[in-house]
Amino acid sequence: MATGEDDRFKHLETRDMCGCGLPHGHDGHHHAPQQEAAEPDQEPDAPKRTPLHALHRELGAKMIDFAGYEMPVQYPMGVLQEHLHTRSKAGLFDVSHMGQVVLRGRGADVAQALERLVPADIAALKDGRQRYAVFTNDEGGIEDDLMVANRGDHLFLVVNAARKVEDLALLRAGLEPDVTVKEITNRALLALQGPAAADVLAALAPAIAEMRFMDVATVEIAGAECWVSRSGYTGEDGFEISVPAAAAESLARRLLDHDDVAPIGLGARDSLRLEAGLCLYGHDIDAGTSPVEAALSWSVGKARRANGARAGGFPGADRILRELAEGAPRMRVGLEPEGRAPMREGVALFAAEDGGVAVGRVTSGGFGPTVGAPIAMGLVPAAMTAPGTLLYGEVRGKRLPVRVARLPFTEPGFKR
Amino acid sequence: MKFTEEHEWLRPEDDNIVVVGITAHAAEQLGDVVFVELPDVGRTVSKDDEVVVIESVKAASDILAPLDGEIVEVNDAIVDNPSKVNDDPEGDAWFFKIQVESLSALDEYMDEAAYKDFIA
Repeated sequence: MATGEDDRFKHLETRDMCGCGLPHGHDGHHHAPQQEAAEPDQEPDAPKRTPLHALHRELGAKMIDFAGYEMPVQYPMGVLQEHLHTRSKAGLFDVSHMGQVVLRGRGADVAQALERLVPADIAALKDGRQRYAVFTNDEGGIEDDLMVANRGDHLFLVVNAARKVEDLALLRAGLEPDVTVKEITNRALLALQGPAAADVLAALAPAIAEMRFMDVATVEIAGAECWVSRSGYTGEDGFEISVPAAAAESLARRLLDHDDVAPIGLGARDSLRLEAGLCLYGHDIDAGTSPVEAALSWSVGKARRANGARAGGFPGADRILRELAEGAPRMRVGLEPEGRAPMREGVALFAAEDGGVAVGRVTSGGFGPTVGAPIAMGLVPAAMTAPGTLLYGEVRGKRLPVRVARLPFTEPGFKR
Repeated sequence: MKFTEEHEWLRPEDDNIVVVGITAHAAEQLGDVVFVELPDVGRTVSKDDEVVVIESVKAASDILAPLDGEIVEVNDAIVDNPSKVNDDPEGDAWFFKIQVESLSALDEYMDEAAYKDFIA
């Protein structure tokens, strides 16, 4: 049985829960010039550490190299219990490996400038609000997915860890000199997620109780200036908190002091987002997958569509607008295996139990602790997207029945 | 009781039957087990054949037959309730029983002290 130190987390190490799609290894990409985040006693080639590194160690986390960072994959509670705890109470996640970027216009309108790179309606994004967006490429595929917040005099972006270098290059090439692109490297990013998150955070900062889903605000929490959004990657109510690096550990300890809060690793982060039907870059979406195929058409603003006030004008608009009008040949769907065997990423999907060629594939899959059964997402032909459609996934040489299912698998807990 | 480098435990019983399971160390490393597939009773297996599939929240792993022999009994309780593998890996959550020609086939494997050194 494969349980050695080197391979026991092979699955998680080769996945990219924050969204990469690039190989995780010593490929240079992970050793890009971002050493300011590294602690001074580290070897130059070692994975970077977040401001919470010592706390993770103290809490007994198992650490893995993830997107060039040494990150907690689980704590002693274990992935399954961490997942269930987040759904019933509140989980604290260190997502400091993700990229934080500030865009400021230099005379130009920063929102309209960003619309050159994303099909979302950024111009209509109000002060104090946040929106999901994707960077597209000329072929209409997705270069990364991100959150865009309007923080009054600037836009604040959160991008996937392993796409940081690519995203910054894309932003600079596409926006400079009209816009200044500044990566924020002196802040940690914490996520507090779950039904108890609002009460826990409101005890430290009553103002957050007034925030609705996808609101953003600057809030002083435990003496530190935090940039807070009411959003996350679990399908639960919750917050993402950008906090000065020097104040991050004390804030994390304050939150963990609460009986309802447990530290949660990347393992449960992945199963939580899968149950919530949320895409993982490099797996469910990538440079070849369009937003329409990915069932992310909702992220394309009305104003950006055909006959909209600012129709097109983003990379790959030809394909994306055509697919919006005519439909895409394949679509991302939820999948529920009928048996107990998980269907993981890469499992080929067939229309029949015997014969024929694969019609699709699983893009993310595993066990859903809240669902209590295996769940997956995959790309299937447009004609096979109706919930209940019977397909077969080939697992260890056997074709096992799996049905197309509605997403998400669990009811969202957002405070709208 | 003997132990393999693949983190299986082997407990000989009467009639040249050996009970096989995974060690507490292996169960801990695997994490929460969510799926177990056991071999058919009556199947004749050769050493190193893949006989069991075990999936945790993290990954799928195979368990290889540690001995040549015939599968004479499997523990369906862990198929119905895979979390037993985490709860009692060296007791109730045994995987299968294999009948071998001679128990001397166990000689090549580690005793408990050697296994403890192996995982230390």
